[in-house]
Amino acid sequence: MNSRNSVSSSWLAGIGLAAVFAFIQPVSAGVDDQFKYAEKLYDTYCTQCHGVNRDGNGVNSVFMSVQPRDHSDAKGMGDIPNSQIVDVIKKGGLAANKSVLMPAWGGVFSDDEVNQLAAYLRHVCKCGSDQ
Amino acid sequence: MKPYLLATIGASLFAVSLGTQAANVPEVLQSKCASCHALTQPESTSLDRLWERKGPDLYYAGSKFNKDWLVKWLQNPVKIRPAGEFYRKHVKPGTKEDVVDESSLTAHPELITAEAEAAANALMTLTGPADLVEKGAFKNQKVTTAMGAMYFNKLRGCSACHTTAPGKGGLSGPEIATAGERLQPDFIYSYIKDPQKIDKGIWMPKLDISDADLQKLTSYIVQLSAKEDKK
Repeated sequence: MNSRNSVSSSWLAGIGLAAVFAFIQPVSAGVDDQFKYAEKLYDTYCTQCHGVNRDGNGVNSVFMSVQPRDHSDAKGMGDIPNSQIVDVIKKGGLAANKSVLMPAWGGVFSDDEVNQLAAYLRHVCKCGSDQ
Repeated sequence: MKPYLLATIGASLFAVSLGTQAANVPEVLQSKCASCHALTQPESTSLDRLWERKGPDLYYAGSKFNKDWLVKWLQNPVKIRPAGEFYRKHVKPGTKEDVVDESSLTAHPELITAEAEAAANALMTLTGPADLVEKGAFKNQKVTTAMGAMYFNKLRGCSACHTTAPGKGGLSGPEIATAGERLQPDFIYSYIKDPQKIDKGIWMPKLDISDADLQKLTSYIVQLSAKEDKK
C-alpha cells in the first residue's frame, strides 16, 4: 500500500469512527441548542427522581410511595396545561394536589429558568400546545 | 514606566495576593484536601463548577462539622453519600429504576491518627462567612421519634433523597442516620432552612419551613444519631 492509499484509508477509518460515535451518543446529546441550559438544569436537579431517561425512574424513585412523573409519556404530559407545569415546578406537587415528594423549586430557579424547564418538558414528551 | 515593568509589578502583586490567601489555609489541608475540596470561598457558583467539583466545599467546615467526628471519620472514611458527589455523575439506567454505578465511586483517602487530628484541627479554623450559619438557632427541644419521622418522611418529604437507615430513603443526598454526629445542630437547622445560601446551586430545594418545623426536623436528625450511637 502506498502512502497516499494509507492516508485515504486513515481518513475513511476516521469518518467511520465518527459515524459510530454519532450513533452511540446518548439521546440527550442531540438536544437542540435552545434547550441546552434547561437540559443541564434537568440533569442537575430533576434526574434524581425523574430519571436519567426522564421516565420517572430516578435513583430515588425506588423508595417513594408515589412514582415520579414520567416526562417521556406524551399522553400523561399532554393532558397537563403549561400553567400547571410551571406551578408545580415553582410551588411543588401540593400546588396541584399532587405528592409532597415533588418539592417547590421556586427558591432555586428564577422564573426564566422555570419557563425554560417547562418548555424543555414539552420537548421531552413531544406533546402539548407548543409542539 | 516601561510596559513590561508594569506587567511584572502586576504579576508580583497577584502572586502576593494568592500567597496571602493560601497562607490562611493551614498546610496540612493544602497537602491533604485541596485537590478535591474548596478551602477558600470559590468565586464561581455556576452549574459547571458544581459538575466539576470533586468533593463538598470545606471553606466553612468549622461551622459545619463536629471535630470529634472529623477525627474519627478521616481515619475510617465510610460512605456518607450513597450516590457520591455529585449523584448525577454516578447514576445510570438500571433494569427499571436508575442505579448507582458503584464502579464510578472513589473511596476517600484514609489518614493516620496524627494527620486526622491535625486536619480536623485545621478544618475547624475554616468557619466561612460570619452569617452563613445562624448561631444559637437550634433550641434543642425534644421531639418524639414518631412525630419527627412524620415530618421527615411524610410532611416534608426529606426521605425522598435521604436515607435514615440503609435501604430506607432516597440516595441522591447524604445519609441522615449519622448526620447528628457529624454536623453541628445549628448547621443542620440553617442548611434545611436555606441550603442554597450555604451551598449555592446544590440539588436540594429551599423550602418554606417555619421555625417550629425546622426545630422539629433538626431535633429528629440529632436524636436519630444519638439512637445510632446506642446500637
